Amino acid sequence: MSYDINKVRNDFPILSQKVYNKPLIYLDNGATTQKPAKVIEKITEFHSVKNSSIHRGIHFLSEHATEEYEKARQKVQQFIGAKNTHEIIFTSGTTGSINTVAFSFGERYIQQGDELIISTMEHHANIVPWQMLCDRKGAVLKIIPITDDGDLIFEEYEKLINEKTKLISVTHISNVLGTLNPIEKIIETAHKHNVPVLIDAAQSVQHVPIDVVKLDCDFLVFSGHKAYGPTGIGVLYGKEKWLDALPPYQGGGDMVENVTFEKTTYQPLPLKFEAGTTNYIGAIGLAAALDYLTETGLSDIARYEHELLDYTTKSLLETGYVKIYGNSKNKSSIVSFLIDNIHPSDTGMVIDKLGVAVRTGTHCAQPLMHRFGIDGTVRASIAMYNTREEIDMLCAAVKKVKEMFG
Amino acid sequence: MKTIKEIQEEIIEEFAVYDDWMDKYNYLIELSRDLPLINTRYKTSDYIINGCQSKVWLNAEYNDGIIKYSADSDAIITKGIIALLIRVLSNRTPQEIIDAELFFIDAIGLRQNLSPTRSNGLLAMLKQMKLYAIAWQAKSKAG
Repeated sequence: MSYDINKVRNDFPILSQKVYNKPLIYLDNGATTQKPAKVIEKITEFHSVKNSSIHRGIHFLSEHATEEYEKARQKVQQFIGAKNTHEIIFTSGTTGSINTVAFSFGERYIQQGDELIISTMEHHANIVPWQMLCDRKGAVLKIIPITDDGDLIFEEYEKLINEKTKLISVTHISNVLGTLNPIEKIIETAHKHNVPVLIDAAQSVQHVPIDVVKLDCDFLVFSGHKAYGPTGIGVLYGKEKWLDALPPYQGGGDMVENVTFEKTTYQPLPLKFEAGTTNYIGAIGLAAALDYLTETGLSDIARYEHELLDYTTKSLLETGYVKIYGNSKNKSSIVSFLIDNIHPSDTGMVIDKLGVAVRTGTHCAQPLMHRFGIDGTVRASIAMYNTREEIDMLCAAVKKVKEMFG
Repeated sequence: MKTIKEIQEEIIEEFAVYDDWMDKYNYLIELSRDLPLINTRYKTSDYIINGCQSKVWLNAEYNDGIIKYSADSDAIITKGIIALLIRVLSNRTPQEIIDAELFFIDAIGLRQNLSPTRSNGLLAMLKQMKLYAIAWQAKSKAG
């Protein structure tokens, strides 16, 4: 069956509004996605008639809330193909997930002189926690270089791995370049050296089907709000053997089994990593978003978005004055560009007033900007509800910018 | 010489003829071209006010009780807004600058460009302009 874009658009209430008296064209999906009515309704319903703190009370509401929360965990497990439900930890988002691993893995395994590997195209969230860990432990951060097209240089990556390497953390899809990295190969190579791999799936889980067992990744992290779910909720997937071996990140209620002033014992997985009252409504909202993706069909979404990406690339290049950053053969959903020598901030301000929402600036990836010798880009990022007509409007806006700034 | 308030009213009047955003921006682009060039020796990291979106360079000179600002930006609309800020605040005494209440930004609809969430260096520039005034006033009182 063909992809029913009209139905999809109707599922997202926000899309029908106007900004500056023009139809909203939302192309800032890499920053956050809009929410389908099902997610909004689920959250409202929960607040209205089901709310209760989970895991504690024995009363009616609490038991039901706990049940829904744990069902949400199962949904995530199924969505990414994890073997066990307790390998799914709810966090505040991708950033929270990476910080958890950086702290807990760091405490357990990282010594002075050890090495960690990330890539040039990482988001600050996949750079700074590792830098902080390196500072704490006297470890060293190694960086996989990239080509001008925005591909990881695989041979250089292989050369970086040695007996000191303790962990590799790379993004699945670059939030700036849109490069879809060959994570299967990256993981396979790392495992030959017995080095675990963390995959930052913040930009991929909503665009391409993921199976963590098939990938054999050791950790995988993503955010709810970029996958049509609410903000403040994220996922840390970890293989049982790692999560079991790691110490908890934060201490508090719910993550403990027994507390005395002399000694505290922790809950088994997953609660060991979920201190305090978690964002259970966020988790339940996220599960509704994943249900929505599954019902619509992630493979169909991927196909649709890929066609739209090709159309966007072609249309922007046809103007004759747009330079695209990120020209890998394997790309997904993101186009970063500059119009001649026009500053991205000028571009962003003008096209905003034409009703087109894009992101401008360094996209939390300053080292990547340095790599290309630029101060920033304009980024159009596509989601399941965008259309060719919207891309035409983007291109018209780009032409207007060119006229104004020369 | 016109007061800071009068100049702001003048700017509001100039912008009143534009009801379309593109016209407003075109006017700011025009203003950016008229902004006197900053001396290149001030276009260094010592004078930079970093924003995530665009860079702003600001220099201030104090002579005979008057502060003169010069500034630049790598983004043109930002530079146009800088031209307005300089028109309002430059060639004033420290006290005038400290006391200045800038209402024209709101009135011409550029408020979001100076909001803390839009980190284009403009808000930081405005703060820095005021800081120069405070510093020189303190110095002149002490001296």
